[in-house]
Amino acid sequence: MNFAAQINSILAALILLTAFGLLVQRRIHGLLHLFAWQGVFLSISTAVVGYTAGAHHLYISSVLTLALKVILLPYILYVLIHRLQIHKDVETMLNVPTTMLIGIALVIFSYHLTSPIRELSTLVTRSTLAVALSTVMLGLLMMITRRNAVTQIIGFLAMENGLFFAATSATYGMPLVVELGVALDILIAAFIFGIFFFHIRTTFDSLDVEQMAKLKEED
Amino acid sequence: MMLLILLGVSLISAIILAFVGDKKYAAEINILGSTITFLAGLGLAIQVYAQGPIITGGKFFFVDAFNVYLTVLTSFVSMTTAVFSRGYMRREMEHGRIGHKRMRFYHAMFQLFIFAMLLALLTNNVGVLWIAMELATLSTVLLVSLYRTPTAIEAAWKYFILCGVGISQALFGTVLLYFAAEKVLGEGGEALLWTNLSQVSDKLEPTVLSLAFVFLMVGYGTKVGLVPLHNWLPDAHSEGPTPISAVLSGLLLNIALYALVRCKVLVDGATGTHRAGYIMMGFGLLSILVASFSLLRQKDIKRMFAYSSIEHMGIATFAFGLGGPIATFGALLHMLVHSLTKSAIFFTVGHASQMHGTQEMSRIRGLIKGNPLVGWGLMLGVMAIVGMPPFGVFTSEFLILTATIKDAPLLTPFFLIGLAVAFAALFRRVQPMVSGSVPVNQQAMKAAHLPVILHMLLVLILGIYMPDFLSKWFHAAVELLK
Repeated sequence: MNFAAQINSILAALILLTAFGLLVQRRIHGLLHLFAWQGVFLSISTAVVGYTAGAHHLYISSVLTLALKVILLPYILYVLIHRLQIHKDVETMLNVPTTMLIGIALVIFSYHLTSPIRELSTLVTRSTLAVALSTVMLGLLMMITRRNAVTQIIGFLAMENGLFFAATSATYGMPLVVELGVALDILIAAFIFGIFFFHIRTTFDSLDVEQMAKLKEED
Repeated sequence: MMLLILLGVSLISAIILAFVGDKKYAAEINILGSTITFLAGLGLAIQVYAQGPIITGGKFFFVDAFNVYLTVLTSFVSMTTAVFSRGYMRREMEHGRIGHKRMRFYHAMFQLFIFAMLLALLTNNVGVLWIAMELATLSTVLLVSLYRTPTAIEAAWKYFILCGVGISQALFGTVLLYFAAEKVLGEGGEALLWTNLSQVSDKLEPTVLSLAFVFLMVGYGTKVGLVPLHNWLPDAHSEGPTPISAVLSGLLLNIALYALVRCKVLVDGATGTHRAGYIMMGFGLLSILVASFSLLRQKDIKRMFAYSSIEHMGIATFAFGLGGPIATFGALLHMLVHSLTKSAIFFTVGHASQMHGTQEMSRIRGLIKGNPLVGWGLMLGVMAIVGMPPFGVFTSEFLILTATIKDAPLLTPFFLIGLAVAFAALFRRVQPMVSGSVPVNQQAMKAAHLPVILHMLLVLILGIYMPDFLSKWFHAAVELLK
């Protein structure tokens, strides 16, 4: 295993670590920081893959990640939570150990699921595909276990990070037109959830999505 | 050229409407834009009919027999919906349910939504297909919450989160697909072009593609509204404005199924087995059964028809999964006639609920006496959707049933039970709504005649006579999807 591959494995480990951190962090500010750090690791890892593979369009992706996921999105979220005055909120959460254990199970499951592909791959980054899938799964778990609308969105964006990591680790990044399109979609999504937070807040007086349970099948 | 007009007009209309959207003639611009889009769609169809499949724009766009009829269908239904929406939304404004600002937003997003769907249909790039699907979701999220009631916001949030999560799974599937493809086709944009992929699909790594299909199935399956991924669908359909329910049900579900089927072709080519088909049959059959039994319990009229959409999407998915020429032909026809019928039903349902000021079925009565067009439109629409002859849905369901009896006889009873329960459930609800005398809470109103009549007429014609060009396309598409 060469040097670049080792760096990449470390970065993959850090991304996974931040994903676990997001899963159990209760303070909204802490979540934002973790999310921004995940973006940083993702951006560096993209650049490293780009350098080792000589795939120069990955530099563009790397800068794009830095701009979008480390600066712009955390900034938008930061402004939003201050406007909504929820920056000091501490979320009540059920059963941190259980959530962690489920998370670990998901990581093992991801490794199992991607094992046939890892053997096929010849890339320096192949061991990271499992980490990418784990990040997606952990984001999904976060969206299921958490009740706050902002937290759910951060989970959603963490999932997107995992997908992006999959794209760079399994292949040398998707074609540029696709990556730009995906970035555009995320940006539009950011505006939509921004608007949403205000709607939810004014209609329900809080951002707890638990209150939104009116639409059920009647018997 | 036609292609450029087709995509350009809806995008330009969206921008124009974003600026002038609260003026008086905004609805007319909306209709005009959709009509030009439809005419361009027809032009494109004629071109494809004359020349066969078209690849253009540096291989970025691809039109063949499979997507050309869906393109015409999409532009046609969006045109009629724009006509319907003019009167409907004006009345909503008069009743103070939405203001000028939201009207502007509504019109702009309506056109953007059409653009996203057409892009999804026409693109040759599997990655761009994903982007367009996501764009179609995003442009309709805030339309579902247009009324800003607590339930509308809840529905929109659910739609946003569930479809967002679902579609992310599809992106992962697309990444895996690209991973397999670049080994054969080399790096770069070429490796995600469907035309290239379909040529080398037998060389793609089967293990990767079967894993990719699971993710694609979950992802696009969420958007098709397949059970158990369907939770967002009834909420989004019942809480949004009715024109949006009509296009969501009639068009968006079709497009998602289109994306799924396109991917299935590649997976089938790679694995050489029928596994992807079995997965689709399972999801489809489960959707038929769960949705038809859920129909029995509904009290809200739009919610009920949303479940009916799940059922019909289940039928089409089941048929695509079954494969074989007859079932695939039936599925293609079913997408067409379901889309036409269901949007016509939603038009009449929109009028009916406006006349009574409620969507609760127990308070909607005497429609035929109150407004014959709405009453008969709903009655005939329901007769068509449950699969009574001579309407087109009968033909498609009959074809699918025949194929089921031949290829998967053990599943026939389940399929039939689903159809029978849906039949009974819908009739039980609709009969009292259309018949009887006019209740006190009913207000007279002018209904949009043209969309309903046009749609029902087409469904009737398709039930009796299959035009040459359509059967030619269907046969070509069947050949393609084999």
